[in-house]
Amino acid sequence: MADIDVKVAQWKLVEVGRVVLIRSGPFTGKLAAIVEIVDHRRVLVDGPSTEENKIVPRHVLPLAHATLTHFVIPQLPRAAGTGPVRKLWQKNEIDGKWAKSSIAQKTDRAERRKNLNDFERFKVLRLRKQARYEVQKAHAKLRAAAPKA
Amino acid sequence: MTFGRPGRRLTEYQVIGRHLPTEANPTPKLYRMRIFAPNTVVAKSRFWYFLMQLRKVKKANGEIVSLNVISEKRPLKVKTFGVWIRYDSRSGTHNMYKEFREMSRTEAVEALYQDMAARHRARFGSIHVLKVVEVENSESIRRPYIKQLLQKDLKFPLPHRSVKPSGKKLYAYSRPSTFA
Repeated sequence: MADIDVKVAQWKLVEVGRVVLIRSGPFTGKLAAIVEIVDHRRVLVDGPSTEENKIVPRHVLPLAHATLTHFVIPQLPRAAGTGPVRKLWQKNEIDGKWAKSSIAQKTDRAERRKNLNDFERFKVLRLRKQARYEVQKAHAKLRAAAPKA
Repeated sequence: MTFGRPGRRLTEYQVIGRHLPTEANPTPKLYRMRIFAPNTVVAKSRFWYFLMQLRKVKKANGEIVSLNVISEKRPLKVKTFGVWIRYDSRSGTHNMYKEFREMSRTEAVEALYQDMAARHRARFGSIHVLKVVEVENSESIRRPYIKQLLQKDLKFPLPHRSVKPSGKKLYAYSRPSTFA
């Protein structure tokens, strides 16, 4: 028999310190850290961001309304108060790391695209056409250079 | 008059009442109960219901001395509550002890009523909440389904989830990804 290398899947875990993205309710789209696990369906979260419009007050969040992110605040004590959570949140630069993640960049871009006015949408259309034209030109050149099969 | 708080099914009330003063007994004893009810009307009604069973006092010959809301002292702390109940099933009366992990006493009792409705088809009218106590010592937690949540460094994955797409479409052109 051939040796089959079975790797354990790297699951993101529900754990104290895990940063979650809230997907529904009044805090949709904001980040919060799990402070304590209430039961298998609910967690206590707290999102003490430095920016005023990104703060999530401490509350119980159903896990069905959350998406786990890759970020974990290491060594966050269980049921830590908002003060210590804020300190560790800043120390681990969660807001900065999140802004660099591809999910955040994609949602930012979608948000910006959604709020364009008619002229800006027209500019996007023109720019995309120009970019496409350049790609096609380069591709045609390569095809012409390639030996005929 | 305050009817229950919005978004909350039950409220904990402290109801104090007594028998009306008579010539034989000008200073009747006061009776105090902590009652979980959706509003003050139901709270007073339950007070008379329980007092009639325990003492020879009824609404016609008694009075409510005071009624106020008991609010949770630390509503941002996760606690374990032990709840003792007595309930009438279709075939008899049973006593029960259940444990709940919630933020407040009222939430624990709300969870209790949901649990009793789900597992035993028992309604509000057939359940008496006898006692609600916060279990502070994790050693004295009895139920395994609560004990398992208190182990050190508890962590678990969410292995099979389907995220609802934002646009509500009846049919999807691809199967949802349920992984991670």
